Amino acid sequence: MKVKPVNHAKAAEAFIEDTAHMDFHDERLWDLRQKRDGQMHILPEWQELRARASAIKEHTLANLPEYLEQFEANAKKNGIHVHWAADGAEHNRIVGEILEKHGAKSLIKSKSMVTEECCMREYLEPRGVVVTETDLGERIQQLDNQMPSHIVVPAVHKLIPDVAKIFAEHYHTDPNDNSAQSLAWQQRLAARPVILSADAGMTGGNFVVAETGSFVVCTNEGNADLSATVPGLHIATIGIERLVPRMADMGVFIRLLSRSALGSPITQYTTHFRGPQKGSEMHVVLVDNGRSHRLGMEDFWTSLKCIRCGACMNTCPVYRRSGGLSYGAVYSGPIGAIIDPTFNERKYSTLPFASTMNGSCTNVCPVKINIHEQLYKWRRVLAEHHELPFVKREVMHMAGKLMGQPTLYRAAINGTEVALSTMPRFVLYNWLNPWGKHRELPHPVKQTFHSWYKQNRLKNKKKEGESA
Amino acid sequence: MRLASLPGVRMKIGLFIPCYIDAFYPNAGIATLELLEKLGQDVEYPMNQTCCGQPMANSGCNKDAAAAEALFVKNFARYDAIVMPSGSCTHHVRDNFDAIEQTDDVRHVRENTFELVEFLHDVLKVQDFPWAEFPHKVGLHNSCGTLRALRTASMSELGEPFFSKPMDLLGKVKGISFATPKRPDECCGFGGTFSVTEEAVSAKMGTDKVRDHHQAGAEYIVSADTSCMMHQQGCAERAGVPIRFIHIAEILNGARE
Repeated sequence: MKVKPVNHAKAAEAFIEDTAHMDFHDERLWDLRQKRDGQMHILPEWQELRARASAIKEHTLANLPEYLEQFEANAKKNGIHVHWAADGAEHNRIVGEILEKHGAKSLIKSKSMVTEECCMREYLEPRGVVVTETDLGERIQQLDNQMPSHIVVPAVHKLIPDVAKIFAEHYHTDPNDNSAQSLAWQQRLAARPVILSADAGMTGGNFVVAETGSFVVCTNEGNADLSATVPGLHIATIGIERLVPRMADMGVFIRLLSRSALGSPITQYTTHFRGPQKGSEMHVVLVDNGRSHRLGMEDFWTSLKCIRCGACMNTCPVYRRSGGLSYGAVYSGPIGAIIDPTFNERKYSTLPFASTMNGSCTNVCPVKINIHEQLYKWRRVLAEHHELPFVKREVMHMAGKLMGQPTLYRAAINGTEVALSTMPRFVLYNWLNPWGKHRELPHPVKQTFHSWYKQNRLKNKKKEGESA
Repeated sequence: MRLASLPGVRMKIGLFIPCYIDAFYPNAGIATLELLEKLGQDVEYPMNQTCCGQPMANSGCNKDAAAAEALFVKNFARYDAIVMPSGSCTHHVRDNFDAIEQTDDVRHVRENTFELVEFLHDVLKVQDFPWAEFPHKVGLHNSCGTLRALRTASMSELGEPFFSKPMDLLGKVKGISFATPKRPDECCGFGGTFSVTEEAVSAKMGTDKVRDHHQAGAEYIVSADTSCMMHQQGCAERAGVPIRFIHIAEILNGARE
């Protein structure tokens, strides 16, 4: 069966119709962007940090096999079990086997985009493992059976009453609770017993340090530290692109990460995991899942520099007005639009077009990924691979032909002069009709520039020529 | 007229007028031409021009841009400079114009194409517009093409020292004052074909943009890019936001209303 492309435009339209949610979403994320600007202004070396971070990542990616092996060797010395997963299925099998070996039936986890990529919950739950998200936003999304809509603030598209309703359904709390503090407290009450009795804990990993064989987890709620340390079995699922060569590099990335993400100088918790505690086990599952393939793509490999701060989403005027779920993918927003097509070109063929290519994303990216230029390049690739809608392809083909023939083009434009009340005929095709849905059409004019020039300049020039 | 104020440059200029200006906003084209003439330039508008190829290329259909690009070069290769009142068209010609073989003519055209504001500011280095007076509060809209591709102004994301070529030029106009919108360099949502394929998001962005300017007290939105204004005007009229639109060339050329 043919996969249908995600209909971002339609989902975005529905999101916009709900004004209260839309306006909050836009303002909330714009506020994060402004806080990020504030942090940038405090650090005169901001651009130098970005350049340094980008260079470290590019160097690491160019030497990825060596650094991965270095990490593996050092991590093993530290007593960490290291596993390699070529794809999501292998990752899930590995995690399933570790849990089975320990007879673990309950897993608490902190935020991890990679486990979303691998659809891990969907794999483990039918096998009798109860998976509980401990990040507040992620838990809300889990209870509501939705994907995270943002990689840092996963439930940012929801308002307090939405959360109250979800908690009432699952935790039997007051459905009219209108206090964020009180709702957060309800989540804490519900989560603590689950954490204390869990058989295993899982985290992601923001950075993996090759020279020390350690990894770093940055969170604001402390839930990752609980997940990692309480149960005595810690599994960390990490994408292979998360490597940095040296511990000294962390100074660059830690300074950039939270400032870019939330406009705070640092996350509340920055935890370095170097090995298991006495009497417990630590596993790291290094996940490829398409990353090696992406690394080989000349125009798109630098998307692997991403440190998942979400700054591109916060600044993106399209993302803010369409919501993360409208992208229909694990990764949404500008970074999602350039990563997702590497997972499935047809399904995500619409996403590089869900952008005005305004370039703000590229400017805020702490590792200097040229996001908007990659969006442009993806459009070419998708057109070459015949992944554009038929009508659009035809319109462009016809327009392209018309633009090469001045006489035909002029005749089409002059249609406006004959029928003053309408658009030029060549833009009258149905494809362009949506213009008028929420917008007025441009006003017709008496005379085109072309015709004005002919009348006011060419005639004079001819006269001058005649008299000379 | 004020040749003494120019650094003695007189070039043969080819004027490119984008399709939507030709058809819907001829006054912006006329003002561009008259302004360059007032500044002592030798300007010609090649009658066989159509389009720079941007709509096709931005849609990914680069091959379909080839005919337009070839014709563009045929029309403009003979000029010292090609000037156009459009940032996104300039960006296309300068940075993405590669559907055709890169001959000497193509390279010449790509290297000598200028958006009007940068041409006035950087090439002609115009110091004043003695004929221009515009006693109104205006909100300046920089298109993303002029701002982030041509870099005609500082960008808020980079925290660089403030500069603005369009504001430098407008600052030389008698009586003008500026409104300060809350999000001065957020995209207005036009985005070429984005305006129809993503019409809901596009229109919402445009409506938010014109409201921001209106709330900041702008009587007019002024821009070097007519495509953004065509979209914003449509949004303002539908939403009932009382604000007017004018191309920067019209103000610099001495428009009064």
